[in-house]
Amino acid sequence: MLTFTIRRLLLAIPTLLFISLVIFLLLELAPGDPLADMPMTIPPDVKEKIRLSLGLGRPMHVRYGLWLYNLFVTEPLHWWDAAFHTTYSEGMQRIISFQTRAPVFDTIAERIPQTLLVVGMGYLVGTLISLPIGIISAYRQYSWFDQFGTFVSMVGFSVPTFVTGVFLIIVFSVLMPTDSMFWLPSIYDTTHQVTDWASFVKQFKQMAMPVFVLALYQAAQVSRYMRASMLDNLSQDYVRTARAKGLSERVVLLKHVLRNSLIPVVTVIALGVPSVFTGAIITENVFKVNGLGQQLLLSIQGNDAPMVLTISFIFAILIVLFNLIADVLYGILDPRIRYD
Amino acid sequence: MTDHTIDLKAAKPRNQWWDVWDQFRTHRGALIGMVIFAVIVLGTLLGPFFWDVDPKFINIRARELGPSLAHPLGTDQLGRDMLARVLAGGRITIAVGMTAMLLSLVLGTLVGVLAGYFRRLDGILMRLTDLFLALPLLPLLLLMVMLFREPLVLSFGPEGGIFILIVFAIGVTSWMHAARIVRGDVLALKEREFVLASRSIGTPARRMILRHILPNVMSPIMVSATLGVANAVITESALSFLGLGFPPDFPTWGRLLNDGLPYINLSPERVIWPALALSALVLSINYIGDGLRDALDPRIRGR
Repeated sequence: MLTFTIRRLLLAIPTLLFISLVIFLLLELAPGDPLADMPMTIPPDVKEKIRLSLGLGRPMHVRYGLWLYNLFVTEPLHWWDAAFHTTYSEGMQRIISFQTRAPVFDTIAERIPQTLLVVGMGYLVGTLISLPIGIISAYRQYSWFDQFGTFVSMVGFSVPTFVTGVFLIIVFSVLMPTDSMFWLPSIYDTTHQVTDWASFVKQFKQMAMPVFVLALYQAAQVSRYMRASMLDNLSQDYVRTARAKGLSERVVLLKHVLRNSLIPVVTVIALGVPSVFTGAIITENVFKVNGLGQQLLLSIQGNDAPMVLTISFIFAILIVLFNLIADVLYGILDPRIRYD
Repeated sequence: MTDHTIDLKAAKPRNQWWDVWDQFRTHRGALIGMVIFAVIVLGTLLGPFFWDVDPKFINIRARELGPSLAHPLGTDQLGRDMLARVLAGGRITIAVGMTAMLLSLVLGTLVGVLAGYFRRLDGILMRLTDLFLALPLLPLLLLMVMLFREPLVLSFGPEGGIFILIVFAIGVTSWMHAARIVRGDVLALKEREFVLASRSIGTPARRMILRHILPNVMSPIMVSATLGVANAVITESALSFLGLGFPPDFPTWGRLLNDGLPYINLSPERVIWPALALSALVLSINYIGDGLRDALDPRIRGR
């Protein structure tokens, strides 16, 4: 198991390098210009100087190497300094955004809490709802609960988040009278701080719609897996044995069947975690949450190469990492799987 | 068993696809899905013959009207007829979905068959598939569409350029699952007796693949085709919804949603119709895919 993990970790390095190279080349070969939005009145020689100051004067491979160096040496050193008040990174240039002229990681640090709070909550709620739904659906297969649950999960799985989001906005923000108890704001207010009960209610209300949208999507996917996995296990011989021993339905279902059915579901849940960040791009855009996904969209529109490269690379790291975690979890949880 | 031997003699030889159709018919959701899908496709294709209003015709005097006989779905902020726009949008949405699915299917099948059939290519092609699976797809799609918009629009016109770009972008980023499934099936098929027999009479690899391998992997390919359409439609709508897809002159359903969003307080129905159409389309395709998967699975069929 350990050798497998180490081998996969080592394999992840060239994968990630390749991905960063793909994104870098895509940004490089595209005809976009980070100075396109500058006023026309700037003289050409000044423009050239701005270009040089952005680091665009050097050849492509040097810039790629510099970016890698900054990401893996300068930034960790800087965080080390900030944490332990040392001065290793003094005078070293961090990755600077073209748009804000501030370090890329400062912006990312500002954006991550909103993403984690709203999108992470949606993922968590969705996963927690989906498990009991999947279990009951499978246990009472073809009952009205199962039929209804399967239909809802099909809808949640098919209807994209920007459609459900817009429907919710129409119902709860547009058609609902503003003074009603159930009126919900369609724009997320990041500056809002929770200090007392009233402000907590407000926070709850502004999170309700985005969390519901994401939870529905997540629950639809996981409950399908949960149901299928439970059905697979319910028809196995060991279930009949357990019942024949005289164990109660509760123990059979929750101890014997559920434990075995959870193995593939856990890996599905782990595989989905990176989508908390990548899928957030759309939901954050619908509800105007200023999280990481929205920042990525802004940076793409503004030709902000360092920011786009760094955020996409973080997404790639998350995807590779959670793929690895899913594989390792599968090996740990299921003794039938042997990697060596 | 012995009782049925007489029946077998009397029964007419039957095409395998009839069995598939019989099984498919028993899946109620899939049948309803197929009807809805047919209605949507025929509606968007034939609709303009019955409702021949130009979706691009701007009439500032008739802007932001509610539903009426002249404009059954109302008009937008420039007075363009919403019904005509929804119909036109559906055509582009479905065309993008179908074409992107075809591209991703061709790529996926090619990679899958090559990797499964030729042992030497297997390692490198599967590494490539893994690499593509690890890419952050939505950011990459956004990037591709944003960055390569101008040159393609300049060389192929605003509609053609974006169409090529989006179809290419979706196709290139969605072939991996089909490739994996096809490879697995090809690997299993390769060990079967009929392939061995065929090889023993000296069938060259090309004919082996076209004659024996491909027809036998048709079922998983068909299932991933339906799911591929749904996926492509959703991806295209997401791009258009984020304002990075088709321009407003050539609206897709995602673009209409995006356009209607700022006016959602004044006229929510402007968003509802494209959203409903999009949801119905994807839902019906997914149900068809579900039914098809059951129908093409020989373990379930005949039960």
